[in-house]
Amino acid sequence: MTATAETQGAQMVTLRIWRGDANGGKFEDYSTPVTHGMVVLDAVHQVQATQATDLAVRWNCKAGKCGSCSAEINGRPALMCMTQLAHVLTDQPIVIEPMQAFPTIKDLVTDVSWNYEVKKRIKPFQPRKPDAPDGTWRMDQVDVDRVQEFRKCIECFLCQDVCHVLRDHHKHEEFIGPRFLVYVAALEMHPLDTADRLEDLKDRDGIGYCNITKCCTKVCPEHITITDNAIIPLKERVVDEYYDPIMRLWRLFVPKRTALPMVSS
Amino acid sequence: MADYPTHEHDVLVIGAGGAGLRASIEASAAGVSVGLVCKSLLGKAHTVMAEGGIAAALANVDERDNWMVHFSDTMRGGQYVNNWRMAQLHAQEAPARVRELEAWGAVFDRTPDGKILQRNFGGHRYPRLAHVGDRTGLELIRTLQDHGIHKGINVFMEYTVVRLLKDGDRIAGALAYSRERGRFAVFKAKAVILATGGIGKAYKITSNSWEYTGDGHTLAYDAGAELQDMEFIQFHPTGMIWPLSVQGILVTEGVRGEGGILLNNKGEQFMYNDIPDNYKNQTAKDPEEGWRYCQGDRNAQRPAELLTRDHVARCIMREVKAGRGSPHGGVYLDIAWIKKKIANAPEHIKKKLPSMYHQFKELGNIDITTEPMEVGPTTHYVMGGVKVDADTQMSRVPGLFACGECAVGINGANRLGGNSLSDLLVFGKRAGEHALKYAKEHAAPSLNADAVEAAAKWALEPFDRQGGDEGPYVIQHALQDMMQDLVGIVRKEDEMQRALEGLAKLKERAKKAKVVGNREYNPGWHTALDLHNLLTVSEAITRCSLLRKESRGGHFREDYQNKEAAWAKVNLVTRKGPDGEMQVEQVPIPEMPAELKQIIEEMK
Ligand SMILES: Cc1cc2nc3c(=O)[nH]c(=O)nc-3n(C[C@H](O)[C@H](O)[C@H](O)COP(=O)(O)OP(=O)(O)OC[C@H]3O[C@@H](n4cnc5c(N)ncnc54)[C@H](O)[C@@H]3O)c2cc1C
Ligand code: SF4
Ligand code: SF4
Ligand code: FES
Repeated sequence: MTATAETQGAQMVTLRIWRGDANGGKFEDYSTPVTHGMVVLDAVHQVQATQATDLAVRWNCKAGKCGSCSAEINGRPALMCMTQLAHVLTDQPIVIEPMQAFPTIKDLVTDVSWNYEVKKRIKPFQPRKPDAPDGTWRMDQVDVDRVQEFRKCIECFLCQDVCHVLRDHHKHEEFIGPRFLVYVAALEMHPLDTADRLEDLKDRDGIGYCNITKCCTKVCPEHITITDNAIIPLKERVVDEYYDPIMRLWRLFVPKRTALPMVSS
Repeated sequence: MADYPTHEHDVLVIGAGGAGLRASIEASAAGVSVGLVCKSLLGKAHTVMAEGGIAAALANVDERDNWMVHFSDTMRGGQYVNNWRMAQLHAQEAPARVRELEAWGAVFDRTPDGKILQRNFGGHRYPRLAHVGDRTGLELIRTLQDHGIHKGINVFMEYTVVRLLKDGDRIAGALAYSRERGRFAVFKAKAVILATGGIGKAYKITSNSWEYTGDGHTLAYDAGAELQDMEFIQFHPTGMIWPLSVQGILVTEGVRGEGGILLNNKGEQFMYNDIPDNYKNQTAKDPEEGWRYCQGDRNAQRPAELLTRDHVARCIMREVKAGRGSPHGGVYLDIAWIKKKIANAPEHIKKKLPSMYHQFKELGNIDITTEPMEVGPTTHYVMGGVKVDADTQMSRVPGLFACGECAVGINGANRLGGNSLSDLLVFGKRAGEHALKYAKEHAAPSLNADAVEAAAKWALEPFDRQGGDEGPYVIQHALQDMMQDLVGIVRKEDEMQRALEGLAKLKERAKKAKVVGNREYNPGWHTALDLHNLLTVSEAITRCSLLRKESRGGHFREDYQNKEAAWAKVNLVTRKGPDGEMQVEQVPIPEMPAELKQIIEEMK
């Protein structure tokens, strides 16, 4: 972004950005001009280009597609590239800090490697035999709609950041968090998949820790109905499988997948 | 050198977009060790941003489609300076690569009979793009990522390669630094695959992210490989132009594929005023026929809005220059109008173009289901890249391979939409396969400690510079402004000469660029190192554009507006001369085999 006629005599905004690393840090104030339609990430870049060239921030697409620029803006987990300054502007400085559920690396950049490790543990996709002799499958659009909703996830990890089980109770060892419950749901409800992840969900993945506060759904920039469409149906499956003797018998005769009602988002 | 951790692999892949991931999966299939380095986190590479779809002649929607039609569409789009062998392999192998994605868990949109759905796109004769709404790239990269993490590939995220290392003539590995700690690491490998993507950050207005600084192009060039077709840059006709902060962000061609029309400020559908001769047979006579085509009428021809990108971009420029543009210097793209044609149009638009809807709503305060968008050209894709063998993807440096956007060949003078994602898969697989073969046939190379030391010293220079007080961003912005103005969509001799002079000055400034702070996660330092890459590719673009005295595809010269038969026979090849100077040579295109010529003839 370059300065144009518009920026001259323009309104200024103060960004209060957390600067520091794993050993600690503090907030610093930067004043920078606001232009029409500017997003928080633009303002941070402007500060970086002119006042603090070593300010660390992750970004790639600047269009809400890659999930790199997650941070907490005035205390709310959000993508910096999709948050218009106009929407968070008050007479107070805009406070920008790194996600709190993960260790800080530097400034706005956090160590999210735990998420990558969690994903590796989850049983991968295992398709049934192809439906057609040419090795392809047939699936109806209505049967993939829900899985497509889950597959919109851009792995911004904002839902992980906001979930109290991780953020406040630090159950990273026992609970995979909403992002990976969505991931498991996408696999479990994939019409072609044949693997069974229910035991893992109950034991290793800690689905029981989720008490359906729906905070994750509220912050998801992709508007995935995490709790209603992914977590609750998974919880029901776990209950059916492990705590309901009639369902257990039923499953002996009927294959694992049955249609579940979909909550529209 | 003993100070730097050394990671040894049979195959080292640089870049974790679609091409790098596909190559890594292929190379790891046979149990050799594979290292994968990337500048960002896994899953965040440019590929994630691709919207419209992946081109493959699956013939699910129109059974008349087959590889031969796809091949001839690609050659026509590329104005026949493509590497015909690559265009052929690509068209033949793309369907299998797409089906393979489905076997790995991808969930494409479906046809009524449950197959992978395909949509219309510019320059493709039949509906050919497999897609997932307008987030196809996300589906592709996530599928490869989730499949790849179970293959034993060693992934190094947020590592930036600054130099390729050689053992005599052959490749030996790379020197990289980790962003998090700012420390160097040596990667030793028998074979190296470059999959670093494009160069868009050489321009001011671009759909590309900070990663697109031409690293692979420059690493290869510095290591003795050749670049080709660097004059061919794709300016995508529809980028966002307003507000300024979103300038350049892509508006997928899928909008036009779904029936979106381009209008000037008089409300004219101006694309119908100028239809190139070689597309007359395949273009609708009027907007009505164009709409019928978008609705799947097989007797109708494509709307003029779906002509190739180079042409549409220039028509938009012409409207703007003639004073028929929109308030912020673009034209209108209207999809809302389809409400006149179909019931529940707003729902349909949101379903087919969800991220466009979201993008305009959140960033532009515009509801595309009720109002038109303002759009203008944006630097999008580089057709030019590392020259490789069509079948193996190996460059002229033994053991150095390249694939994806950083390699050259399939696209010629202009890439058709959707052909990149399929290119990544087809040639990513091939690069992986042949790098693996090469690694198996060759012993481990040895590393030259002095070369490693020299590269590390060079990379640290920005920290110790005395005197200069310019930061790297100022220089980067100056370069972007200059390339945009002087070597952009419309090019002229004197302007490009000025660009060459400007580049020489910028090189001097870059040598003095200073960075502050320490080595940990320091974007200023990173930008200072990128300057070398940006300047190298910018020089290659400028020199090749000066030399090609005609207009073809993405390369348009105001002083030579016609296409010349003589220029259809050559590619421009760039290499580093013995004294470090940049050389550009005209290299004849090999004669196309008779059977391919015949295909092109039959599809005319
Ligand atoms: C907005 C947008 C929409 C698009 N839509 C479509 C579409 O619908 N259909 C289509 O076919 N094409 C589309 N394209 C084009 C297509 O997405 C790209 O050409 C393609 O994704 C490039 O893939 P790649 O694997 O070559 O590189 P990328 O996906 O860009 O990956 C490059 C990788 O290299 C790494 N890297 C770069 N330099 C270094 C270095 N020095 N050291 C270490 N790692 C490095 C990066 O970190 C990254 O991991 C679109 C492009 C954009 C920008
Ligand atoms: S609904 Fe469950 S997963 Fe989501 S934030 Fe609340 S506790 Fe966490
Ligand atoms: S589910 Fe939503 S919030 Fe969570 S990582 Fe995915 S996109 Fe982000
Ligand atoms: S930069 Fe990609 S989501 Fe913000």
